[in-house]
Amino acid sequence: MSILVLADLHEGQLAGATAHVVAAAKAIGGDIDVLVAGEGVQAAAEAAAKLDGVSKVRVADNAVYAHQLAEPMGALLVELADGYTHVLASASTTGKNVLPRLAALKDVSQLSDVLAVDSADTFKRPIYAGNAIATVKSDDALKVITVRTTGFDAVGDGGSATIEAIDTVVDNAQSSFFKQELAESDRPELGGAKVVISGGRGMGNGENFKLLDGIADKLGAAIGASRAAVDAGFVPNDMQVGQTGKIVAPELYIAVGISGAIQHLAGMKDSKVIVAINKDDEAPIFQVADYGLVGDLFEILPELEGKL
Amino acid sequence: MKVLVAVKRVIDYNVKIRVKADHSDVDLTNVKMAMNPFCEIAVEEAVRLKEKGVATEVVAVTVGPKAAQEQLRTALALGADRAIHIETDERAESLAVAKLLAKVVDEEQPGMVILGKQAIDTDNNQTGQMLAALTNLPQGTFASEVAVDGDKVHVTREIDGGLQTVALTLPAIVTTDLRLNEPRYAKLPDIMKAKKKPMDVKTPADLGVEVASKVSLLKVESPAERKGGIKVASVDELIDKLKNEAKVL
Repeated sequence: MSILVLADLHEGQLAGATAHVVAAAKAIGGDIDVLVAGEGVQAAAEAAAKLDGVSKVRVADNAVYAHQLAEPMGALLVELADGYTHVLASASTTGKNVLPRLAALKDVSQLSDVLAVDSADTFKRPIYAGNAIATVKSDDALKVITVRTTGFDAVGDGGSATIEAIDTVVDNAQSSFFKQELAESDRPELGGAKVVISGGRGMGNGENFKLLDGIADKLGAAIGASRAAVDAGFVPNDMQVGQTGKIVAPELYIAVGISGAIQHLAGMKDSKVIVAINKDDEAPIFQVADYGLVGDLFEILPELEGKL
Repeated sequence: MKVLVAVKRVIDYNVKIRVKADHSDVDLTNVKMAMNPFCEIAVEEAVRLKEKGVATEVVAVTVGPKAAQEQLRTALALGADRAIHIETDERAESLAVAKLLAKVVDEEQPGMVILGKQAIDTDNNQTGQMLAALTNLPQGTFASEVAVDGDKVHVTREIDGGLQTVALTLPAIVTTDLRLNEPRYAKLPDIMKAKKKPMDVKTPADLGVEVASKVSLLKVESPAERKGGIKVASVDELIDKLKNEAKVL
């Protein structure tokens, strides 16, 4: 078996998700190569070479791969896929954008959001917003898989893979990058944070999300939000935790003013410990919460911040 | 230009699903079905493009059993001009659906195809991308804004960490994210009128596409239940439990 892992990049640097995808690749077993494709990605390639279990890092450094647009990335992966039995990427927006293109061009199915490896051809994945877990077997010659990063513990550093440049350059006249607006944050990335505190519609407005800041600082937590809070315009959508936002599985998840709709639970119910703070003691969130506190969040949050 | 919009019949998103006792699949007997929410957004965007004079005709298409015609009628009531039903009772995976849609794109030559970013049953998030690959067209996935400008379309995409705008040459494939628009409701007179709008029915065989896939569903299980938690009475008790019982602080 030989596995190609598409590295996740964040502003040119190697993103934490890659270490989780390599862990999934190790669970399948075989030689693991990592593809780092982008523009100015030498540092990311060196970081990838240190990941445990990686035997080779292949680097495609060219302007055509900048921002990892789907069209050139798909064309590059098709060129490289021969010789591999599996191609893996994280179920990030990049992985989801690029991998189905590869699968279709290779005339194979894709397995999305895989959260466990049963064997080299059999995997578990969530369906119906995580309300059911399907075990699926692929008889395709090439398995194209996106990995749910919270399903696999990240591999550590300590590897020393060889780095090899790829000079494959593809044409792309169909799409171009126009602009990007990234939300700025000093806090840990939502997907990788050990503690997440999220606010919902109960926060009342965007200004009140500041009540979460002090607690997040004390706990080293990332701040998330429910879809209701995002739709109400309280916070930007990249903070959204849920089926249609980010899937998180931190050690501690604190849901504040969140009722606990199915779509939200799909994004956080694999957290180790869930705390719910809500004034409605009938809210569905209390059915999944390990510790529930019924009360007014505007009184509870300042008290909690003071006592931590 | 002509806009093709793909819709899917799925379990209503409010329904709490049940896994069958024999673990073969989810139980869909006597369950309320509806148009996939992301497809509603796709139909809405296509109709808005027509209202702006950008689109000249909106064609709705679905792949599925005979009952899926209900969802096509809904699309027609919302403003689509005609519909194409590719009828199959087989479980069509994303790749098969993308191949079928590619044939329709070949026949209809639309300027844009709009799909939802994912269906809430299989949660795959693949079909639009696969269709783009098979038709060799550019893709604007997870769109929160679509602006047609001459022979190009600017698509603002929801990516991890923020927003990204790409410029694509038309024809192009677009998949919708939640914030693209707020779908309208069908009005009763439009529902009546939709019954008279044309609907073509084809089969995968007519289009020369094999629906069977090499992926088999071995088992469907309920996720591990979380054991019931407790309610604490105060912030002090909460902090104490988190420190001494759960040991996460």
